[in-house]
Amino acid sequence: MRIFDPHIHMTSRTTDDYRAMHAAGVRAVVEPSFWLGQPRTSPDSFCDYFDALLGWEPFRAAQHRIAHHCTLALNPKEANDPRCAPVLELLPRYLVKDGVVAVGEIGYDAMTPAEDEALAAQLQLAADHGLPALVHTPHRDKLTGLLRTLDAVADCALPPGRVLLDHLNETTVKAAKDSGAWLGFSVYPGTKMDEHRMVALLKEYGTEQVLVNSAADWGDSDPLKTAKVGRAMLAAGFGDDDVDLVLWRNPVAFYGQSGRLALQVAVPGASHEGNSLARGGE
Amino acid sequence: MLLSEQDLRSRLAPQGAAWLTAALAAARPAPAGDPHAGDEDEEGVPVWELRFAAAGRSCGTPETAAAARVLLLHTARPDEATVARLYRQGTAAERLAVLHALPYLDVAAGAGLPLVHDALRTNDTRLIAAALGPYAAVHLPAHAWRHAVLKCLFTGVPVTVVAGLAGRAGGDGELARMLRDFAAERTAAGRGVPEDLRHVLALTAGGEA
Repeated sequence: MRIFDPHIHMTSRTTDDYRAMHAAGVRAVVEPSFWLGQPRTSPDSFCDYFDALLGWEPFRAAQHRIAHHCTLALNPKEANDPRCAPVLELLPRYLVKDGVVAVGEIGYDAMTPAEDEALAAQLQLAADHGLPALVHTPHRDKLTGLLRTLDAVADCALPPGRVLLDHLNETTVKAAKDSGAWLGFSVYPGTKMDEHRMVALLKEYGTEQVLVNSAADWGDSDPLKTAKVGRAMLAAGFGDDDVDLVLWRNPVAFYGQSGRLALQVAVPGASHEGNSLARGGE
Repeated sequence: MLLSEQDLRSRLAPQGAAWLTAALAAARPAPAGDPHAGDEDEEGVPVWELRFAAAGRSCGTPETAAAARVLLLHTARPDEATVARLYRQGTAAERLAVLHALPYLDVAAGAGLPLVHDALRTNDTRLIAAALGPYAAVHLPAHAWRHAVLKCLFTGVPVTVVAGLAGRAGGDGELARMLRDFAAERTAAGRGVPEDLRHVLALTAGGEA
């Protein structure tokens, strides 16, 4: 089982996770920029974070033979903080970078006017930079949020096929599917989706344009949920090819629209006398 | 490290070669009066800097992208402030290219060394290795250079990457002391002494090059 986790926050995870993920079949990840738990107070701390997603984190991932790409954006929650919003002016210089495969995660948190503005501006940035967009759907008042998200997407320059609507569930999947966007599901230990409900949705709505992610971060989450969904799919009668479509080919196809996916991993230092340079620590 | 345009072109697919031609044309300082001199995009970023950022997806492999970026820097001959900005605002791959290009650029020690020091503070072994090229061999002060050699031993960067190693290590009693102390610390912990440590220690016994 080869696995591409299309949404995971490795900054918040340990080397043990990287090791376990590789053992479970994870060979590629996309790390969307998000809220770090502790609010930021200036665009500068976004820059340091973006730099890490383009430098240090891919280096860590490569030590575990996992290809790492990122999506960059001002996240919905911090779009409401006027101290952070100026990061929108800095985004263009980051969106040209190799390794950036989408704008994201953008979308709604509390559905405020500031979030409307940031979402529209960043959907336009995606169109301007030839990038798809990863759009988070809100956790509170979810269906209303999904419908408002679909309005914003319909009004933007990106075709729906270049939009991934994430954190979907039973209440939002149908409207999202009808929009023509790609469908993302986050599988969590206690909230969002679980493996068995995910399998039920795959049976009902099919496997086309469906992506499954762990969205693992600093909270109660599990970076191996993708593999667990794969096993649940097999146990429920799906074939290996179905699992490969959902867990590998769909994310490759969606993020591949950026023209920037590079799935071959050069293990750092491998060319230096066979030394894996796996430590990097003092 | 600096491949000629011709060498690099021979390693690229036709699409990549066409991209290289256009990127180098954008990087070449234009003669006065050229209408395309200093072409910028809508954000005011010089076009060649956008190509510098996009080399990875345009060249196809990390190796050819790295060579293209160094060649672009060599062709554009950016001033010191631009070199520093490209490093500071660069991805890891872009920072590597700036470090590799330093010996070919007109960058005085005062402007280039902060970048070398920055790379040596990281734990990214690619950046550490790239920081220890010919530019550091000439400009890096003794204390920082000795710590850099030690950091190679700590992080597993092969000391073969250190430019001018034998010349600078030869007769360096302070480096020898640091190496012996590190070897003693390893031995006290019941750990082996890296072969590279013995190698550098042997070099310190040589005379000044």
